[in-house]
Amino acid sequence: MELYDQTIHQLQELLRTRQVSAVELTENVLARIERVEPRINAFITPCRDLALGQAEAADRQLAKGEGGPLCGIPLSIKDVLCTQGVRTTCGSKILESFIPPYDATVIRRLNEQGAVMVGKVSMDEFAMGSTTETCAFGVPKNPWNPDYICGGSSGGSAASVAAGECLASLGSDTGGSVRQPASHCGVVGLKPTYGRVSRFGLLAFASSLDQVGTLTKDVRDAALLLGAIAGHDPRDSTSAKEPVPGFDALLAGNIKGLRLGIPKEYFGEGLEPEVRRAVEEGIDRLRKLGAETVAVSLPHTKYGIAAYYIIAPAEASSNLARYDGVKYGFRNLEADSLVEMYKTSRAQGFGPEVKRRIIIGTYALSSGYYDAYYKKASQVRTLIIRDYQEAFAQCDALVSPVTPSPAWPLGAKTDDPLSVYLSDALTVCTNLAGLPALSVPCGFSATGLPIGLQLQGPHFSEAALLNIAYTLEQDLGLCQQRPGLSS
Amino acid sequence: MNISSEDIARVAHLARLALRPDEIETMTHEVGRILTYIDTLNELNTEGVIPTSHALAITNAFREDTVVPSLAREEALKNAPRRNEEAFVVPKIIG
Repeated sequence: MELYDQTIHQLQELLRTRQVSAVELTENVLARIERVEPRINAFITPCRDLALGQAEAADRQLAKGEGGPLCGIPLSIKDVLCTQGVRTTCGSKILESFIPPYDATVIRRLNEQGAVMVGKVSMDEFAMGSTTETCAFGVPKNPWNPDYICGGSSGGSAASVAAGECLASLGSDTGGSVRQPASHCGVVGLKPTYGRVSRFGLLAFASSLDQVGTLTKDVRDAALLLGAIAGHDPRDSTSAKEPVPGFDALLAGNIKGLRLGIPKEYFGEGLEPEVRRAVEEGIDRLRKLGAETVAVSLPHTKYGIAAYYIIAPAEASSNLARYDGVKYGFRNLEADSLVEMYKTSRAQGFGPEVKRRIIIGTYALSSGYYDAYYKKASQVRTLIIRDYQEAFAQCDALVSPVTPSPAWPLGAKTDDPLSVYLSDALTVCTNLAGLPALSVPCGFSATGLPIGLQLQGPHFSEAALLNIAYTLEQDLGLCQQRPGLSS
Repeated sequence: MNISSEDIARVAHLARLALRPDEIETMTHEVGRILTYIDTLNELNTEGVIPTSHALAITNAFREDTVVPSLAREEALKNAPRRNEEAFVVPKIIG
């Protein structure tokens, strides 16, 4: 097995015992990128020289027995996280040449461990999308079938992990943007509890929903990567002062007696039969592994998309007001008045999906419409949270599909934004309630596209979710499978 | 929900977005469809339901008022599209 095909936990041991050097590993991954990137197109900004320099530094640390658990591990980073000295575009022309003067806290934590960054990967513009087709710098392809979307908005992260162009990746999840591409690309995608991971240096989309998440080849790697980035950060006033357990040590591989809720609304109309079959088989396995299942109801699930597509654009319209051409980013230098400069810089810098959401959000917050839209959606958000509270009184976690269908062909829904929005129906409620959730591979479609199974749990229940996913993963053995990209 | 092209133009001005006439037309159609979908929220009686703006029960996050270094001016100005020695430069505001 090639080094790039292995997992973080496999390589940790080889790096520690100096059977493999960080430089050797990084060169192996960089060579893999060179070979498959023309077909995958996951990277906006590859960082070859930076990566090799970091790998050399990691080797010096490892030689002294120093460095954190991720020392020498090549990672890709969604281009939504600020990296000091490395341009950070958020997938948008408006930030095409933005070079952050500081690191996001999660990046600083990875650097302190001695991790290696092989590049910044593509995403839907400002994380607004479910296909990564709104990225201003090219569209990544699904490694399992390059004619299909890899999902989004963390599409570059999912594609680069699945294609072996990195060992793991950081993404962000506002309405499913880690879990959905993970499901479509056959990797593990974890969205931690709101507040579990610092968002300092994460370019804001919808601040009451955004969370940094991980995309990895297996569940143990997710536990390791979460452990490296989680924890309170004084620079993020929304980060929680919650103790961070040793997530990987808690992977017991035993779920006997756990109660798993099956929310009937997640198996309703619009769910494709092969997704239903794969997830139901996963649930059967979980039962055979000793879990009890209990039918639960989250009656307001069907209102999740409508509430989300008011709340997220409303917050986005406010957050994206900062891109005005004054302090950083694109400016129309021809404009001769301030207002003209704002209007034309934003018009030329933002793509159609971002403009659409700014318009929806501004409209929903505008005088006379605030109560009808924003307040109403925020009340429905309360009802969605109550549904979860009642469900978690009866079970430890919820099991469901991640997406109603497997990945669809590139371009198939470009002209129909509403149908793309509706594809997020099974992931947005998690964010509205601030819950942790993950996607773990549970099967394949008839045409060979991956299908994920979603677990959602109460606030700060990541360790329990990871253990359930780990137990299922060990049983199914799917994490060993890699897309058939001829090398 | 019916939304007119005048509504879109008005909101675009509020959002400081210069939209071309064809963009306004497309947007009127698409945003209208999306808002019609969003109107399904009106099926729910939410009278007396307290709106949620934040999913976790974190209130004020206080810290000691200690002075720490902030971004140096030169660093802060580095990405400016137009600048002078000490400030961001924008088109003339007062005539």
